[in-house]
Amino acid sequence: MIRVELPAHLRTLARVDREVTLDVAGEATLRAILDALEARYPMLRGTIRDHVTRERRPFLRFFACEEDFSHEPPDAPLPEAVARGVEPFLIVGAMAGG
Amino acid sequence: MSGVRVLVGTRKGAFVLTSDGKRERWEISDPHFAGWEIYHLKGSPADPNRLYASQCSGWFGQIIQRSNDGGKTWETGGNAFVYDGVPGTHQWYDGTPHPWEFKRVWHLEPSLTDPDTVYAGVEDAALFRSIDGGQTWQELSGLRGHGSGASWQPGAGGLGLHTIVLDPSDPKRIFIAISAAGAFRTEDGGTTWRPINRGLKSEGIPNPTAEVGHCVHRIAMHRSRPRVLFMQKHWDVMRSDDAGESWQEVSGNLPTDFGFPIDVHAHEPDTIYVVPIKSDSEHYPPEGKLRVYRSRTGGHEWEALTKGLPQHDCYVNVLRDAMALDSLDSCGVYFGTTGGQVYASVDGGDSWAPIVRDLPPVLSVEVQTLP
Repeated sequence: MIRVELPAHLRTLARVDREVTLDVAGEATLRAILDALEARYPMLRGTIRDHVTRERRPFLRFFACEEDFSHEPPDAPLPEAVARGVEPFLIVGAMAGG
Repeated sequence: MSGVRVLVGTRKGAFVLTSDGKRERWEISDPHFAGWEIYHLKGSPADPNRLYASQCSGWFGQIIQRSNDGGKTWETGGNAFVYDGVPGTHQWYDGTPHPWEFKRVWHLEPSLTDPDTVYAGVEDAALFRSIDGGQTWQELSGLRGHGSGASWQPGAGGLGLHTIVLDPSDPKRIFIAISAAGAFRTEDGGTTWRPINRGLKSEGIPNPTAEVGHCVHRIAMHRSRPRVLFMQKHWDVMRSDDAGESWQEVSGNLPTDFGFPIDVHAHEPDTIYVVPIKSDSEHYPPEGKLRVYRSRTGGHEWEALTKGLPQHDCYVNVLRDAMALDSLDSCGVYFGTTGGQVYASVDGGDSWAPIVRDLPPVLSVEVQTLP
């Protein structure tokens, strides 16, 4: 079971609480987590990754275990703590404000 | 008793304003899609409870929302706006080639007859159509592909397709407008297109009378006269009596002919409205006076409508999609400002009052006349 935290606007869109849990088949990678997330919450398609290129939208970041995985290859394994649900995988809107 | 529902898109959410036919007392909804930019929302003429909304964000991209109960509840539609084939390039601001990239939906135009058919005008400029209630979208790529697409370049707000006018007398005829490419028309339901910009003159492009390259801000039509079109261009208010084949300037005595919206009275096809704005570098009303101008002669002769509107220290703008009219016997006129006010006139523009005055900046206003 993998825990995923969504930013506020995507929680509203998906009508979920701060954290969702996902069953991810196979290795826990960026691609596998996002595929599982979009399969369960189809309204999130296109909001995290581009529909065509499948690349991360530029104002979003992926954090876990106090590390930045935003620029990791999509099929690179994420930390064991994320795979086991000990630590959440964080989808974060880039900081903005004044 | 009849009533009206005013649909307001803002920088930070959508609002639904409702009233009975008297239009004296208004109910203002809580924000829908709070915190998101709502470029446009509009109801289906064929089913007034069917609404479509364009919700977007620099962080999370484009969302399409659909309501089947007049805006009480919403469900997400499809948001895959994928250009046909290899998108190619258009011109960037400096004239260099720039790849076509989808950014947002500027305008949603529901079919006049089928609640499940809706058109979307998008940035970078293209026209999409859904025939399944907004679940899936197909580009009408004959528009971008008709020949001039590679030469289109963005206006200050982007390369947006912002105007979609459906001909009630001919379901295969559609007019669209793009900043800053100009106006285009199809006669075959969207398969083939051609520019309709003869008579437009625009400074700031190499050939002021070029076939494309004009920054058209808005086109309006009265249902009873679908060959007569009115246009607010970047500068100049224009009129066509031949479905866009040729245009004549009708700016007449306007204090400035720059502006964004233009619209037509529900019962008087020659009564039109514009909101003059000082200039393209100063996007607010001249002299700090918010004035709607009305022509009862289809242009040339204009009168200022000021009663109830601020006549000093007013420096708001009225964007191209932020004016609409109801079709009650005494025609109501509505517009929203970048200062967050929505003004209404229940007497065709003679007098005005704010419905609400402290919304986020208003991007769009549409009105539905309810039975």
